[in-house]
Amino acid sequence: MITEELEQLAADEIAQQKKCKHRLFVCMGTGCVSAHSEQVKQALEAEVEKQGLKGDTQIVSGGCQGLCAAGPMVAIEPKGTIYQNVKAEDAAEILEKIDQAPIERLQDPTTDAFFERQTKVVLNLEGRLDPERIEDYIAVGGYSALLKALAEMTPTEVVDQITHSGLRGRGGAGYPTGLKWATVAKARSEHKYVICNGDEGDPGAFMDRSVMEDYPHRVIEGMAIAAYAIGADAGYLYVRAEYPLAVKRLGLAIRQAQKYGLLGENIGGTPFSFRLDIRMGAGAFVCGEETALIASIEGGRGTPRPRPPYPATAGLFGQPTLINNVESYANIAQIIDRGAEWYAAIGTEKSKGTKIFALTGTVKNTGLVEVPMGISLREIIFDIGGGIPNNRAFKAVQTGGPSGGCMPAELLDSPVDYESLKKAGSHMGSGGMIVMDETSCMVDVARYFMEFCMTESCGKCVPCRVGTAQMYDILGKITAGRASLDDLAMLEQLCETVGTMSLCGLGQGAPNPVKSTLHYFHDEYMAHIVDKRCPAGVCKIAAAEGIKA
Amino acid sequence: MLPSLPIPHPEDKRWRLVVGTMRRHGFAAEALIETLHTVQSAFGFLDLEALRFVAANLHVPLSRVYGVATFYNYFTMKPQGEHVCVVCMGTACYIKGSGQILDHIAEKHHLAPGETTPDKKASLVVARCLGTCGLAPVVTFDGEVAGKIGPAQAADKIEEWLTRDN
Repeated sequence: MITEELEQLAADEIAQQKKCKHRLFVCMGTGCVSAHSEQVKQALEAEVEKQGLKGDTQIVSGGCQGLCAAGPMVAIEPKGTIYQNVKAEDAAEILEKIDQAPIERLQDPTTDAFFERQTKVVLNLEGRLDPERIEDYIAVGGYSALLKALAEMTPTEVVDQITHSGLRGRGGAGYPTGLKWATVAKARSEHKYVICNGDEGDPGAFMDRSVMEDYPHRVIEGMAIAAYAIGADAGYLYVRAEYPLAVKRLGLAIRQAQKYGLLGENIGGTPFSFRLDIRMGAGAFVCGEETALIASIEGGRGTPRPRPPYPATAGLFGQPTLINNVESYANIAQIIDRGAEWYAAIGTEKSKGTKIFALTGTVKNTGLVEVPMGISLREIIFDIGGGIPNNRAFKAVQTGGPSGGCMPAELLDSPVDYESLKKAGSHMGSGGMIVMDETSCMVDVARYFMEFCMTESCGKCVPCRVGTAQMYDILGKITAGRASLDDLAMLEQLCETVGTMSLCGLGQGAPNPVKSTLHYFHDEYMAHIVDKRCPAGVCKIAAAEGIKA
Repeated sequence: MLPSLPIPHPEDKRWRLVVGTMRRHGFAAEALIETLHTVQSAFGFLDLEALRFVAANLHVPLSRVYGVATFYNYFTMKPQGEHVCVVCMGTACYIKGSGQILDHIAEKHHLAPGETTPDKKASLVVARCLGTCGLAPVVTFDGEVAGKIGPAQAADKIEEWLTRDN
């Protein structure tokens, strides 16, 4: 397919869509589905039949609209009305009053800020498309960036655009994407590979699941552009087996793109060919580490190996390999389409663009948010997130997953960018943001993450395998009220040993939740150790000690 | 291309799916994980017979196949019960009390994570994160996601499975 054909296809699809006076997008994200959005969709379809609106009104299985807390959500286009907590019984009224003022009962003005304060790039389609139709994506300009890159740009120019955009790895480490691409592009080899890391393992993070489920073509287009830029002819999407819907939709999307000649041989009538395949993960957190992920695609145990050599020189099957995260790839097409300057104008000096966060925990508006880099934690949690429910006090926010940290109230005004979060003892991570109120015990949280790292440690290197187990034991003693100050000193020492001596990011980052809670919530550790009590009332020592006394 | 080790039970069509996956990858060693996924989705778990079959046909040592099968959490070598309850232990769910759900199930049904009831009716599993954190705490009952679940609700659902007549 060439650009003219793509434009024709888009025009045809838009004309088709315009024939409908109203298009209703029912969210089919996992959150809304578990709140019975499928029944809502069926009820709406039945009502369309009943009220004789066929041809005039279209009901679409749409993507995630972000506010999981208020599902099922229904959006009505072109008016832009958003209904929350919709039930199947509401279907008749929604369609009857579709030309009138919105039904107040199904709206909540307190969540307006949730929608208005975000800056959406990757999520800019806001779920207003059918993820299982490539035509829906083409109608909003999909694949035009790929064909533009192939027809008008050299691979070097593509790499330069990405470099100038300032995009940094969205998996969490923040390595400049353009620099990574340039390194792989320079490597000389007959075969090169492009890999998408969709092994979203951080507990409390679901941004990549949503992007893969709702915008599979956006990820595929980004990967194809990357392949052209670095000279790769094959690629793999490594996706968690725990995300069956993402696996299904990506598979469908690959076949659709192949059918239109947007993947496969001689894409866009050029010599560029790119073959894309899916590999399923099998539930090993360590496979998010790039060398472990490569070992897993090769069919082995997902254990990391020392770097260098980096995958950029010797990766999958020993060939130069580019690995980026789902969200990184999902940004690419728009950078090529709208230009590096446009992208670089969003965000801060060193952290450009936007970041998607999975906002969860004890916050009112749980869901998926996309914000410009540099926004403060307070704005995300209190303005977009609507604050803490049940009149409780904010205690901490955790970012960066098991290798991240907990930040207290005094850091709420610090900006969200790679450097600031690192300085605060946490890091960007892939985008989990878990809010905790006064009912959470920070020692218990540290123990929770250590249990995670201990179980997920692959066992290859001693500091991580043995160290995380020792730290978990000590944290267990503290939460049981059986620890001494010597134990605490040992814990602090282990933080250093495990953090500096471990082979890969899993072990190196494992002490971070302990270090950050020790730093900001030292009093809570002392209360457990010296006073034998848990201030938040989570740990079961208070009662036991009480009985003894 | 034919499998080099014959199918153990030719009358059981599920083995053909397994061979199909291996064939699609040209019986290459790197198809090991993909093949184990097919075995597990067809049979529900991985047993030694399947591991031997896969090892012989992909020309991978049995020790390596066993190593891979036991390394990844998603693979299980134990058959599951008729019904499966998965309690999410992701951070958001943990903060919102998924630990209490497990405690309550343990108390009421004497069922710990990874265990199946003696009548093979229900299995309890914990998940690292199901990615539905907006609805924490999340539990799935036979694959159906249920959000904002309390300890009693989860235990009651299991009770329903256990008491239902066959």
